[in-house]
Amino acid sequence: MTKVSLELGSGGRLMRDFIAGKILPSFGNPILDELSDAVHLPGGVAFTTDSYVVDPLFFPGGDIGRLAVNGTVNDLVVSGAEPRFLSLALILEEGLETDVLDRVIRSVSAAARAANVRIVTGDTKVVRRGQGDKVYINTAGVGRSVARPRLGKIRRGDKVILTGTLGDHSLAVMLARGDFGLSSSVRSDCAPLLFLLPLWKKGALWMRDVTRGGLATVLFELAERLHYPILVEEDKIPLSKPVRAASELLGIDPFYMACEGKAVVIAPAAKAAEFLRLIRRHPLGRKAAVIGEVQDRVGRPGELLLRTEAGGLRLLEPLTSELLPRIC
Amino acid sequence: MCLAVPAEITLLDDSGQGTVNYMGSEVKANFSLVPQARPGDWVIIHAGFAISVMDENEARETLLLFKEMADASRR
Amino acid sequence: MKELRNPVAIRKLLGDIEEKARLLGRTPRLMEVCGTHTMSLFKHGLVPLLADAGVEMVSGPGCPVCITPDGIHEAAIGLVSETEGLTLATFGDMTRVPTRNGSLQTAVPGRGSRIRIVYSPEEALEEARRDPSRRVVFFGAGFETTIPAIAFTAKRAAAEGIRNFSILPALWLVPPALKAILEAGEIAVTGFVYPGHVSAIIGAEPYEFIARDYGIPGAIAGFEPGDILLAVRSILEQTVEGKPRVALEYSRAIGREGNPVARALMEEVLEPFDAVWRGLGTIPRSGLRFRKEFAGLDAAPTYGLKPGEAHRDLPGCRCGDVLRGVIRPEGCRLFGKECRPDSPLGPCMVSYEGACLIHFKYGRERRARP
Repeated sequence: MTKVSLELGSGGRLMRDFIAGKILPSFGNPILDELSDAVHLPGGVAFTTDSYVVDPLFFPGGDIGRLAVNGTVNDLVVSGAEPRFLSLALILEEGLETDVLDRVIRSVSAAARAANVRIVTGDTKVVRRGQGDKVYINTAGVGRSVARPRLGKIRRGDKVILTGTLGDHSLAVMLARGDFGLSSSVRSDCAPLLFLLPLWKKGALWMRDVTRGGLATVLFELAERLHYPILVEEDKIPLSKPVRAASELLGIDPFYMACEGKAVVIAPAAKAAEFLRLIRRHPLGRKAAVIGEVQDRVGRPGELLLRTEAGGLRLLEPLTSELLPRIC
Repeated sequence: MCLAVPAEITLLDDSGQGTVNYMGSEVKANFSLVPQARPGDWVIIHAGFAISVMDENEARETLLLFKEMADASRR
Repeated sequence: MKELRNPVAIRKLLGDIEEKARLLGRTPRLMEVCGTHTMSLFKHGLVPLLADAGVEMVSGPGCPVCITPDGIHEAAIGLVSETEGLTLATFGDMTRVPTRNGSLQTAVPGRGSRIRIVYSPEEALEEARRDPSRRVVFFGAGFETTIPAIAFTAKRAAAEGIRNFSILPALWLVPPALKAILEAGEIAVTGFVYPGHVSAIIGAEPYEFIARDYGIPGAIAGFEPGDILLAVRSILEQTVEGKPRVALEYSRAIGREGNPVARALMEEVLEPFDAVWRGLGTIPRSGLRFRKEFAGLDAAPTYGLKPGEAHRDLPGCRCGDVLRGVIRPEGCRLFGKECRPDSPLGPCMVSYEGACLIHFKYGRERRARP
């Protein structure tokens, strides 16, 4: 008998297989089949949901409450919708200190204000001690559709823009657990990506926030659906110093580390420079860079390739298993 | 078989414990295997232990060698 | 050390290598002994570049997670599943090795027990020190690079009388394994890229017999792309000149004499024995175990574990042949089919240094069309 392993939830291939093999056959319909972060419903409404189970609850640069708002907000933004309303469902473990709960609620409230969304419905459940871990949160989000991603319009020469450094959230959470005798100034990048909304009106072709699975998984899933390979340049990819250090020290590849305030934007070739300028103008986009392009000089259709710093070329795979530090 | 990185000793107490600075991050390290090491030295860190003290001159020469290769080919 | 990844310098080195390889008139076949070298070669996309320059690279047995036989992994899995209130601490990729009894990651720990991933063995000792009511076992696998850290931690635990701490050792020595590979004569290796960090401990001398008795050149290498190519160039130079030796191409980090303090510590705490390696079988004096004075720290007798000598691969798995360099991962019929990173059948598909995982993740290279 097979059992659910942590791996299924890691955002890797097992999860992709689960969705393709179990979810789609069970529920498949034209809206679900798009498998986008948020869906556009009839009537100009966009809809999404996400659950949050981060451990520890609080970490430098964020906490579970802030994450629960921004994660859902960002799913709407990158799908072409202006976030408006959220639901908030709390699953609490018996024995949780009320101070902790208060902090989480305050954080949800502040994040919702910052992202200009209102919490309009919700639910609270308590489970026995040991049957949950302190606080789990689910939020659903509703937004106003402003544009549809146009995958079919992506052409040779279109540019891949990354809105900032990779992996800061992943590392901040890992270090907040106090393991590995490692400390640094890293902070989670957890933030709302509302500043990307205007790009839709200016002709953005596709966006995706870089969360679980990291940049490699996001771009791999895009490449799979295109008629051209995507080539990214390792030396163009912005990394913060703490992430660079931890990735070398612990042997964790930053291309697979999660962010909570970064996105990939596919810009039409002619507009890439303008897009980059606009993104960089915002404080959250200051480190943005064109990291690659849709092209057909190397690779085959559907492939994601990396030009390494040293001048080599290799394929990038999606995340296949949970990130574990290695020593040997 | 063994991931290890070069880092600078920032703190070293009498019991051989301390920290290194690796690209701006602080890492706890044990210096018992390199009793000759002093703060400011560069060491190779593996599994939380300094296993070797680096040679500054050799490091400089390696850097120079690669800079020369990069420049010579460009001309 | 960004300079050591500079593409212009890399191209220059590859040019030198190609020139030397052409002089030889046959394709040099070099074994990179160390899994971190394998990783670096693939991660930086160097393998196809080296192939274009006329050099074939073969991965060696340098992955401790991979060469540790199933019996030891199974003992660790049994221990954490059947014991209450125990912490099994280990390095990251040890937890995913599949055996007939599952892996540490799929194991359900006994009541109050847990599996903890650590960066240093001292993190495990610290947990035992902090909570004397909790039993802590460090499942330590490693080569000479890691062994001194484990020996130090053992000695410290003994000195402090920390009785709730023990170690399940899986400690391996590189030179005897290289000798076993050469003696088996299954593969024609024309040069060795020696492991830089193992050499930080043992120095250059333990490899001298390879140049002297087998006439095979080699070089100790660092781990940046430029480091590895310098070593490859040196090996080809030695071949052209017909003067095999053990060159040191990592002198900024290590000396030819290695680290005598670390070796003395290993010697004090541990003693060699004839160990069983996955794929290589029993190799004389190739493993280390606790000396009598430190036997109390050995988790095996403490918990009645029988790590066992008999080694059984999962059916069809050819990790052993991969570890000896007899086949490339692609030569195994399970590779990329039943055996994948998310459903591995052998440790070589698990460890970040495992040749199969690296070939799967990075191996299907693409060459730029001009």
